[in-house]
Amino acid sequence: MTAIDRPHPKPRDYVRIALILFVITAAEVSVTYVDALDSSRAVLLLTMSAAKFAIVVGWYMHLRFDSRIYRNLFMLGLIAAPILFGAVLLSFGLLIGN
Amino acid sequence: MVVATDQTEHAGHPDPTNVGKVAMWAFLGSECLFFGTLISTFLLYHNTTLDGPTAQEIFDVPFTSVSSFVLLMSSLTMVLAHYAAGRRDWRRMRVWLLATAGLGLVFLSGQAYEFTNFVHEGLTVTTSPFGSAFFVLTGFHGGHVAIGVLMLLATTFMSFSGRLHEGQGMNVELVGLYWHFVDIVWIVIFTVVYLLQV
Repeated sequence: MTAIDRPHPKPRDYVRIALILFVITAAEVSVTYVDALDSSRAVLLLTMSAAKFAIVVGWYMHLRFDSRIYRNLFMLGLIAAPILFGAVLLSFGLLIGN
Repeated sequence: MVVATDQTEHAGHPDPTNVGKVAMWAFLGSECLFFGTLISTFLLYHNTTLDGPTAQEIFDVPFTSVSSFVLLMSSLTMVLAHYAAGRRDWRRMRVWLLATAGLGLVFLSGQAYEFTNFVHEGLTVTTSPFGSAFFVLTGFHGGHVAIGVLMLLATTFMSFSGRLHEGQGMNVELVGLYWHFVDIVWIVIFTVVYLLQV
């Protein structure tokens, strides 16, 4: 197994990342209070949530810097989860009949 | 480009062929499916409130936002603990581990307060499918946080007692991976369960 050749973050970088996460969280909460954004609220919230998810996984969990086998193992579950979600929705939709 | 792992750069996770780390990532991948199922169930039933309160009536987004912030900050303290372990700065590692456990306990206290409020307002696990799905999902997440706190405290006390030495970096990293996973699950729950429902 091999590790990705990228410089590792330092504590200062981790604090910067925490600030970014804080700003995104504040933006998420703000979006729920702005009526003008009603139509695009879901897209905005899911995008910001995905960004936070990727930042934590990439930097705090070191997946950007670690062996690809770890990323593959995690991605397997991450990709299977929405497939499972679709299967559950489809099954229930068919069973309930709507 | 890929290169062999450098012991200095990767000091916090020194052995790239560590079976424990592979197992932890496989476990976290399977946990994605576990929480994916619970979130799917919540989305199926989030509008089935029967005579019970709805999400709009009961959720306190400002309060939950503070809880989310606390959990996010615990990821910062966790990664700082991991960094300190990589530099073999055990004293600082213990401080950050205890800070992480403390923030986890604050989050759990907030969840207990929130659950108590919901029960007083008429939402219990048996009130409606919405209530069942909500309490099962957030309850299981809270259970994971509680297990994480125990792991953090156990690692800290093992360090105090001197039972962890050279292998400490990897132990802290595995606990850290679990803790960060608990954080990313909450990132999804906070958006899907709370923000999209109000």
